[in-house]
Amino acid sequence: MATGLTLIFGVMDIINVAQGIFVILGAYLSYALSVHWGIDPFVGLIITIPTLFLVGIVVERVFFGRLKGPEKTAMSILVTYAISLVIEGGLNMIFTVNYVQINAWYVNKSFKLFGVWFPYIYVFGFIMAAILLGSLYIMLYRTRFGASIRASLADQTAAALIGIDVRRVSTICFGIGIAITAPGGMIFGATNTFNASTSYDLISRLLTIIVLGGMGSLGGALLAGILMVTIEDLVGVIWSPVWSTMSFFLVLVIVLSVRPQGIFGKKSARVA
Amino acid sequence: MNRKGKLFRVLAVTSVTAASIVTMATTSGASSSGSIAKGAPVTIGISLSLSGDFSADGLAYQQGYKLWAADVNAAGGLLGHKVKLDIVSDASTPTQVVTNYQKLISVDHVNLTFGPFSTLLTLPAAQTVNRYGYAMIEGAGGGPSVFQAGLKNVFDVTLPVAYDLQPFATWLTSLPASSRPKTISYVTSNDPFTQPVVQEAQKLIGSKVKTVYSKVFPAEATDYTSIADAVAAAKAQVVVLGSVDVPTVSAFMQAFEQAHYTPEAFIATAGPDQGAPFIKAVGAGNADGMMVPNSWYGGSKNAQSQKMVAEYIKLYGGTAAGVNADIAEAYSVGQVMARAVTATKGFDNSKIIKYLHSNVTLNSVQGSVKFNKLGENTAQTAYTFQWQGAKFVEVNPVGDVGSSPVLFPKPAWGN
Repeated sequence: MATGLTLIFGVMDIINVAQGIFVILGAYLSYALSVHWGIDPFVGLIITIPTLFLVGIVVERVFFGRLKGPEKTAMSILVTYAISLVIEGGLNMIFTVNYVQINAWYVNKSFKLFGVWFPYIYVFGFIMAAILLGSLYIMLYRTRFGASIRASLADQTAAALIGIDVRRVSTICFGIGIAITAPGGMIFGATNTFNASTSYDLISRLLTIIVLGGMGSLGGALLAGILMVTIEDLVGVIWSPVWSTMSFFLVLVIVLSVRPQGIFGKKSARVA
Repeated sequence: MNRKGKLFRVLAVTSVTAASIVTMATTSGASSSGSIAKGAPVTIGISLSLSGDFSADGLAYQQGYKLWAADVNAAGGLLGHKVKLDIVSDASTPTQVVTNYQKLISVDHVNLTFGPFSTLLTLPAAQTVNRYGYAMIEGAGGGPSVFQAGLKNVFDVTLPVAYDLQPFATWLTSLPASSRPKTISYVTSNDPFTQPVVQEAQKLIGSKVKTVYSKVFPAEATDYTSIADAVAAAKAQVVVLGSVDVPTVSAFMQAFEQAHYTPEAFIATAGPDQGAPFIKAVGAGNADGMMVPNSWYGGSKNAQSQKMVAEYIKLYGGTAAGVNADIAEAYSVGQVMARAVTATKGFDNSKIIKYLHSNVTLNSVQGSVKFNKLGENTAQTAYTFQWQGAKFVEVNPVGDVGSSPVLFPKPAWGN
């Protein structure tokens, strides 16, 4: 989820505060496929990932094509917030505000290994995330298109000068960034009850993760995500849950006071 | 003019403008004396959480208020004036709820106000309307912080939450020593509604059941897995959870099932009382045996309640067990206001406040209502309800005519 957000910022300088609602949209799509057509949430990704990719392409073309100049990043917050409100309203109308959860045989089940219970949904989610991140890595570092993305991440003007169609790269990156919310939303919806308003909790955490990792850094987003969950859980279990959220933000403040650009962020250019 | 001079002038103009706006807002629009022209509707201002964390409850409250207004209007309105509800959304935030009531009173000139959802929002809302001399009748602000504020204008039609777990504690501690659980875990959100309830239960149960886990988690937490896993690891026979909504309870239930831990008794302060939305979120099999304190349920024998439930089902479908307790709370707010308006023969908020403080006992779909000087409803009884199969039944107080035996121990998850 944070990977998509940081990818979009890295290539387009767009702070997509609608990322949270796209995650919830992904969750609702999986939920609808599961409830109305009996499609397993993981199998349903064959439909939801391309659907959200297309949604991302359309949103980018309609709303961000004309956003240019020094105000682009600031304006993008307003535009994506407006998109977020519209989608939230639409979801509330379709699904109501009552909480729902994605269900499948493995959602509440677990297996024991070395005396520890491992919930299937977390194991499956971990495997899926590893495959997706691996695919993203291969796409970025082993393909020609990936090279175009990395060039755009480093310097859009220079990328354009060497013949890269930065506009096309931006559109596809936005599509990929939104498509990633489909599996993220599916796992979120299977591990939490949710309604459209749940997106507010998500976006604050996603933004925090990419700030800590370094805006535009994919590796940073991954590391910061792991750090957030680990710190919060360890503090919650060993010390007290009251301090779990605060402890992560304490780490965030300390890191940013030493490295204002985040763990992997760069001052002049944003490279993973 | 130099830069400092310009800055000073801008500041001076801004200050005067702001002061004027504040003065206008606090004096011109507000009218709590409540004379209404013949044929004009009586407008009731309400801020509800139609988005944000409390949106599910906010929607249920909206349905309850609208159901009451429809019934009143069908019977000719309040003193011949049709009721018009002016509902605005506060997105579940305490800052927005203040803005909303200021706007409702000073801009929209509503005649009366009803409360928002949750203790968290009721306190700032009641303080705001108090400045304008308005009465705030509400049904979801039962946390001690609301009453400790010393406001004279707040009236909670529901039982104060501090007493919520009393029947459960009495039932648990009165079990014969041989069958009484030996261990208990307390875990609660640091919300002003849940924490006092759980602390009171802990005090009542005391050392009769050994506490093996007692922790508070932040209200803003979104991932409960580690906390729930820690509770599961403590393996207490009883779990008391201070929750404000369905997602919190659902997260603990899911984590417990994944950890293959089924407490013999599991009570949550809120969530299981949401009726159909709770069942939809957690599944009927998992709900079996879940307990929740409340002062009302869909199967109540109260004649007014039965009429309201029938109307609700006709309008929205479902069953009596699936009717959210929020509906009854909101409906009761309307009923109490209607009785106060009728008794005072007008919409004068100061007279309404005085009347409600006069030790008068009123009726509502939730039962009797009588306010003490703090605005707490002292006439209601606390109950514990439990999901037993598809039914939501009263299980305590033990010995009460309507109480069924407690399903104990709780069946395993996913039955």
